[in-house]
This record gives sequence, structure tokens and C-alpha cells, in this order.
Amino acid sequence: MTRFEVVRTGASASGAEPATQRNVSHRGGEANPSAKALQEKFASAVERVDVIWGETVVYVDSTAVHEAIRWLHNDPSQQYDFLSDITAVEYRDAEVPIEVVWHLRSLPYRRFLRIKSQLQKGKPLEIDSVWDIYKSADWLERECFDMFGIRFVGHPDLRRILMWESYKEGYPLRKDFPLRGRFSRSEQLRQALAQNPEARYSMEELTIADAFAELPQDMRDRLSKGERTGE
Amino acid sequence: MGLTAPPEHRTVSYAPESQEGWVTTRMDFLVNWARANSLWPMPFGTACCAIEFMATAASDFDLARFGMERMSFSPRQADVLICAGRVPFKLAPIIRRIWQQMPQPKWAISMGACASTGGMFDNYAVVQGIDTIIPVDVYVPGCPPRPEGLIYGIRMLQEKVKNERSSDVGTRDEMEPDPTSQLYIPPSVIDELGEPFGNSVNQTRSGL
Repeated sequence: MTRFEVVRTGASASGAEPATQRNVSHRGGEANPSAKALQEKFASAVERVDVIWGETVVYVDSTAVHEAIRWLHNDPSQQYDFLSDITAVEYRDAEVPIEVVWHLRSLPYRRFLRIKSQLQKGKPLEIDSVWDIYKSADWLERECFDMFGIRFVGHPDLRRILMWESYKEGYPLRKDFPLRGRFSRSEQLRQALAQNPEARYSMEELTIADAFAELPQDMRDRLSKGERTGE
Repeated sequence: MGLTAPPEHRTVSYAPESQEGWVTTRMDFLVNWARANSLWPMPFGTACCAIEFMATAASDFDLARFGMERMSFSPRQADVLICAGRVPFKLAPIIRRIWQQMPQPKWAISMGACASTGGMFDNYAVVQGIDTIIPVDVYVPGCPPRPEGLIYGIRMLQEKVKNERSSDVGTRDEMEPDPTSQLYIPPSVIDELGEPFGNSVNQTRSGL
């Protein structure tokens, strides 16, 4: 009895098993075919294509990156249906721009593509959110905002995710951030202890959201007005 | 009519040598003996030390030999807070809340280098020793400590419990620091004394 129907398209249609690449050179080699397709589709926006350790890196202009990722996701010849990661890189050199990195994977075609987009320092670090394409971008973009201070325009709930919300010291993974933080140890501890550990969850995040109808009336009123539990 | 109790229940013999099963002792000794051998630990495991703690509780090392077979995952039924692992600043109010929820008498064991001093994580996110948040009775060194090490720390804590005296008033009082006291050291002075381990705002990751 077959319970799941296996759909094979793209490179996996032939039924060939995926093979581990061997003797991959550091630079150069065969690029992901999606890179060439991107260059043809977004000629001016694609700045550079690198192949590093067999993986293709496409540098896309920051204004066009949302459109490019949407095309990669929607186009039948690409089908990048899985967003692995969103992160950013800051280099020690002050002139080198900050890079935002998207790791995309196409399960039907067995392809992996790395998109990079450069944000100049000194300008507002803003880029379009891909949350409307991949819902999994939600927490990834929040983490990227928390650690690097990059604002993802269009994200529905862009706030800190690893550090607490009233964290005032800046963005920890930036190169100008001191390793031990900007405040003294006792000040850091004082601010951390001033947190109410129950106050940073909204009503939707708590399990009582399921039992909302069974809560007392006055509590329901207060919660629906936006009061945070625990405060 | 048989309604009166047998006479031997109304009499007390005063010959100690004929009273089997009687023990006279100090009240302190009895209470401390009971407390020390029925400690209920509250495991606060945040990192790899918690794996060693689980191994300690499992059958090879068998923490139950020391009366600790009952892990109390509710702080309100716990005696010992065993902090196993690093504590980030985001967890600092939580471990303090758990400590406040534990009833007296209570003790704390700081297990491992990270919980005791921050360990190798001398950075913006990690508390440099949980003794800056809660009072700690026993520090167990190691990264992570072997189960024997934790058991040794627990035995030391049992010794400490057995040496408490009910005449020592104030040992169980919970006090907030009093700024008017002569013993009070303000946080700014603690920061100065803590150099270079406490803080260095000039250090950057890249050394620039």
C-alpha cells in the first residue's frame, strides 16, 4: 500500500540518486544553472556570480533581491521551495559593505543557491523582507535584525528574538560592538534583573491563547485591549 | 466490662536500659540529619553540565544513594538548586525568580566553570557567575565536572547542612543589600575592583 505519492520533477525526475561531489576546487567550476537564468532574467541587477567550493554565490542588487527571490520561488524551471537560512556578514574592513545572505534550496531540482546582497555602511541598513514568499523567514529575519540591526521592510513583527526586547547595548555581532558589551557588568546585570520574565510574551504566544474563551471576562477584556500577561 | 485500657499502657518505666528503640539526641542533629539525607534537588540545567547531572542521577552513579532520588522540577518543592550550565543574562531574572520561589531552608550548588564564573564565555551575553544573582553554597569545578565531582560537592553540602545550628539566627534571612550599611559596596566600585575580569569597554572582537 502506497501512502505517499513521490513527486519527481527536475533533476530528480530521472530517479538518479544524489551523489556526493568529490575533488571540488576552491574557486571556479560549474555554476548552478539558476545563476545563468538569473543573469538573463535580471540582467542589470545581478552584479557578480562566484563559484566557491562548488557552491554558487549570486550577488544581487539590494533593490531587486526581493523580486529575484520571488522569481526563483515561483518559476517552474527553478522552484526554490525551501529557505535554509538568512544571515548577514560584516567584514572587518570599514569600507567593505555588509552582506545579507539568503540560502535557498530547490528540492525538485536538487539545487543550492546562495544569494548575497550588499548594504553600504553609513546608509540605513534596510532591505525588503522575504516573509511574504517564505513564512520561515520570520524568525530568521528577526535574528538577523537582533544581531546586525538590519531592518527588513515588510516584516510583520520585527523585534529582537535572542536578546531581550529592552536590550539597549546595540547589535552584538557588529564589528564595532565590544565583546563584553558596552555597559559594565553590574549595569548589565541590573538591567537584566529588572526584566519581568513573564512580561515579554504576547497573549498569542502563550498557551492560554487556546483557552481564551474560558478566561474570566475581565481578563479577556484586558488582554483584548493589548495588555501583556504578567505585567 | 473490659472498657479500661490495659494497665501497661498507662505506665512509663524509667529504666533506660530496659527501653529498646529509644534514642536521645540533640534536636539540631535530628533535624539536620533528616534534611541532609532527603535533599530534593531542583535541576536548573542549561548546558552540557546538565548531561553530567543526568548521568549522576542515572543508575551508574545513582544519586539516590544520598537521598536525592526525587528530582523536584517544581521549585516550590525543592531544597537544592543545582545550576548546571551557563546562565545568559536573559535567564538571570528567571533563575532569581526560581530561587525566590523555593521555600526555606534552601541551598544552591553551582555546577561547573560556567555557572561559577562564566567560564570561557567572558562576553556580552553570559552572567559571570551565578553568585552575582543568588547565594551559592557549593561550587563544583570542572568543564563539565564528572559525576563523582558533583557527588563530592553534594556530600560537602550535606556536611554543611549537618553543621547548621538552630541557634544561629539570621542564616536563613533573605536580605536585600542596604545602601546605608558600612559594608555596602556600590556597583561602580565593584566594577573597578573587577578589572580586568569584570569589564573592558575598550576591547573589541577584532582587536581594532
